[in-house]
Amino acid sequence: MLKPVRMLWAGLALAWSAATLAAGGGYPLEAAVTDVRQLASLQRGARNFVNYCLGCHSLQYLRYSRVAADLGLSGQELRDNLMFTGTRVDDPMQSAMPPEAARGWFGNAPPDLSLIARSRGLDYVFTYLKSFYVDPARPTGVNNAVLPNTVMPHVLAGLQGLRAPAWETTTDAAGQQHRVLTGLRPASGGTLSAEEFDAFVRDTVNFLDYAAEPAKAQRQALGVLVTLFLVLFTVLAWLLKREYWRDVH
Amino acid sequence: MAEQVDQGRRQLLTAATTLTGAVGVAFAAVPFLASWKPSARARALGAPVEIDISKLEPGAMLKIEWRGKPVWVVRRTPAMLEALGAGDSLLADPGSEQSRQPDYARNPARARNPEYLVVLGVCTHLGCAPISRFEHGDAELGPDWPGGFYCPCHGSKFDLAGRVWRGVPAPTNLEVPPYTFAGTERIIVGSDGERAG
Amino acid sequence: MAANTVAPAGAGWLRSFGAWIDARFPMTQLWNEHLAQYYAPKNFNTWYYFGSLALLVLVLQIVTGIWLAMSYKPSATEAFASVEYIMRDVEWGWLLRYLHSTGSSAFFIVVYLHMFRALLYGSHRQPRELLWIIGVLIYVALMAEAFFGYLLPWGNMSYWGAQVIVSLFGTFPLIGDALVEWIRGDYFISDITLNRFFALHVVALPIVLLFLVVVHILALHEVGSNNPDGIEIKKTRGPDGHPLDGIPFHPYYTVKDIFGVGVFLVLFAAVVFFAPELGGLFLEHANFEPANPLLTPEHIAPVWYFTPFYAMLRAVPAFAGTQVWGVLVMFAAIVLLFFLPWLDRAPVRSIRYRGPIYKVALGLFALAFIVLGYCGLKPAVQPFKALSVIGTVYYFAFFLLMPWYTRIDSHQPEPGRVRC
Repeated sequence: MLKPVRMLWAGLALAWSAATLAAGGGYPLEAAVTDVRQLASLQRGARNFVNYCLGCHSLQYLRYSRVAADLGLSGQELRDNLMFTGTRVDDPMQSAMPPEAARGWFGNAPPDLSLIARSRGLDYVFTYLKSFYVDPARPTGVNNAVLPNTVMPHVLAGLQGLRAPAWETTTDAAGQQHRVLTGLRPASGGTLSAEEFDAFVRDTVNFLDYAAEPAKAQRQALGVLVTLFLVLFTVLAWLLKREYWRDVH
Repeated sequence: MAEQVDQGRRQLLTAATTLTGAVGVAFAAVPFLASWKPSARARALGAPVEIDISKLEPGAMLKIEWRGKPVWVVRRTPAMLEALGAGDSLLADPGSEQSRQPDYARNPARARNPEYLVVLGVCTHLGCAPISRFEHGDAELGPDWPGGFYCPCHGSKFDLAGRVWRGVPAPTNLEVPPYTFAGTERIIVGSDGERAG
Repeated sequence: MAANTVAPAGAGWLRSFGAWIDARFPMTQLWNEHLAQYYAPKNFNTWYYFGSLALLVLVLQIVTGIWLAMSYKPSATEAFASVEYIMRDVEWGWLLRYLHSTGSSAFFIVVYLHMFRALLYGSHRQPRELLWIIGVLIYVALMAEAFFGYLLPWGNMSYWGAQVIVSLFGTFPLIGDALVEWIRGDYFISDITLNRFFALHVVALPIVLLFLVVVHILALHEVGSNNPDGIEIKKTRGPDGHPLDGIPFHPYYTVKDIFGVGVFLVLFAAVVFFAPELGGLFLEHANFEPANPLLTPEHIAPVWYFTPFYAMLRAVPAFAGTQVWGVLVMFAAIVLLFFLPWLDRAPVRSIRYRGPIYKVALGLFALAFIVLGYCGLKPAVQPFKALSVIGTVYYFAFFLLMPWYTRIDSHQPEPGRVRC
């Protein structure tokens, strides 16, 4: 009797592992470990984003007023901490940089980050922001372990400090030599300790997770109630079915 | 078989399952019905609108759009204000008892500050847009016309406070939207100014 | 007291209203023929829930789809943003969207299990051949519906998925290029393609699906349901003329199916509320980037329910200067399903009384289908290429050799009455 259900779960489990395996490859990603229910973290993340990212990257699908409502900020707190002058509370979070100018400076416009947490994943963004290293060959002076040859400068260098790459040369079966990035080590200190910087990036990534799906916390909270209600209904339906089926058995 | 059936238990379980199911359907209907409410975008577009009145000359009118309706701002001259009191006998609702306006506009000038009239430019008869005829006496409306608004659709007449005349199709005075003054140079339409939007 | 006098009066009024309708429309007759007097075998097991669940998901998809269409904009410049508008600005829009996106995957899970049930118990065998064929038509219409719907979010995976599948038609000799242009209505997947896919997704195919589902149910109720023992319950009738092993669908199977609906909804809600992306399977990561004709996602794979056929497509190499063979194999894999009732030559229907050959063959078939689906999600590298070839060969062997191995297979005698 339980066979189809068991098969269903086996199929789902298999599919799940397929999806997680497909995401692998390249520089190992570090787990971001964020939680969109932590309002204090989201508030810090929002401030970090406005101070360090919004200059170039927009969140075109997210309104300031929505951020204030979801993150528990008053209108005054919103205006003081997050908004540029000349913007209105119902406006989406547009960057201050005109796209044409951006294309001139970087070669392409910095992408909108509304959905970056969903298209790339939290671990990707977390590790990306932590993995800039010194590379004099690049116009910005830095390169990135997660996204090689990124055009983005190391905006958080003042906080994190600079890091130097550790290379290892390997030889593959065909006798070809490859340079593999094995790790990053601190080259100079920033204003934050390593732990403080991790927390800073984690808050920012948490905010990006919120920005990618503002209803996420509400969805999960409601899900508990809906599931419990459906379990109650199912139990009643089972009792009813058993009662009627006394006639048959 | 059938002799063992406990009809009471069967009816109770049927009722309990039906009731729970009905509650579930009612809850499930909420998202579908609520999704028809104005969305965040509609509310953002319908947010209060700021009007710069620093360049509005006495006797002139500004038209802006708020929530898809025309809003008129008239800077009334002392002469216009004086004329308001004279024609009460011509009006259907001089005290604005039957008309729609915020409490602060329920006065003869129908305004927070008598100098500035803020009304919706929508005839209360069938929603046409009345025309402004501020001059005393008018070729079309006759030499007795005291100045005001005239609706070309069905001939409703309103005075310079948007109050409707007696014996015209429009039943009530022009509606006054919520508004507030921000300093002396700006009016915010759509907000009573009670909460700092 | 008052209740005692009012209730019968109300019931009487209701009865006469019912009679008024019955004189003009066969309401009571329909109720009896399809529910109260429809006798279904009493030995249905868990596999028999998936028919009614498929109906539930169909209704869910139609209702949520109508509501999504209220805010969605089928235009290349606005589609992606309108989906985010639904997710953020429309009240409860996120729930409507997740119900619909999860519902599409749930539809295929339920339908695949429903079809596998037929293979288990021989539900496609005489006299239910037409019932099976209508069912396969529903499956084909459902795949078309899902394919057209998948373009609508206008994410990058939508775009490139449509690009790849539409390009399949370009492999046909001579007419290929013209055919692809005709399907797209442009020289690339563009606004006009999106607009016509929208029309097909929200108007044309739902009508076809609803029609086929009604026909499927009418055909089922004409021949009567099969059961896990694969025997005809109509052969043994009681003095009242009803099958001895049959019970009225209502109330017995209505209450049983309501319980099934409850279990299904618990699992469904768990996905909708806690894992609507299901790790990138139900909503793919690359689809959270807008369609970009200049940038292919790193790894294109169709949604999971198409991947078994996608793996078959990739398993077949190009030869004689054309890639059309893979496309033909893929289409043939679906066309074969129509012939299943005549490929199966076993003297018994149900797997319970079949011999070991069919049991092993069917088990391996399920495994091959899952392996093909898995390979279709992966890049075309080893070992997935080899597994795809093996899976494809097995898939075809299962059907094409069926007339032979079902005939030589042993079987046990069917019982005269159903076992409970």
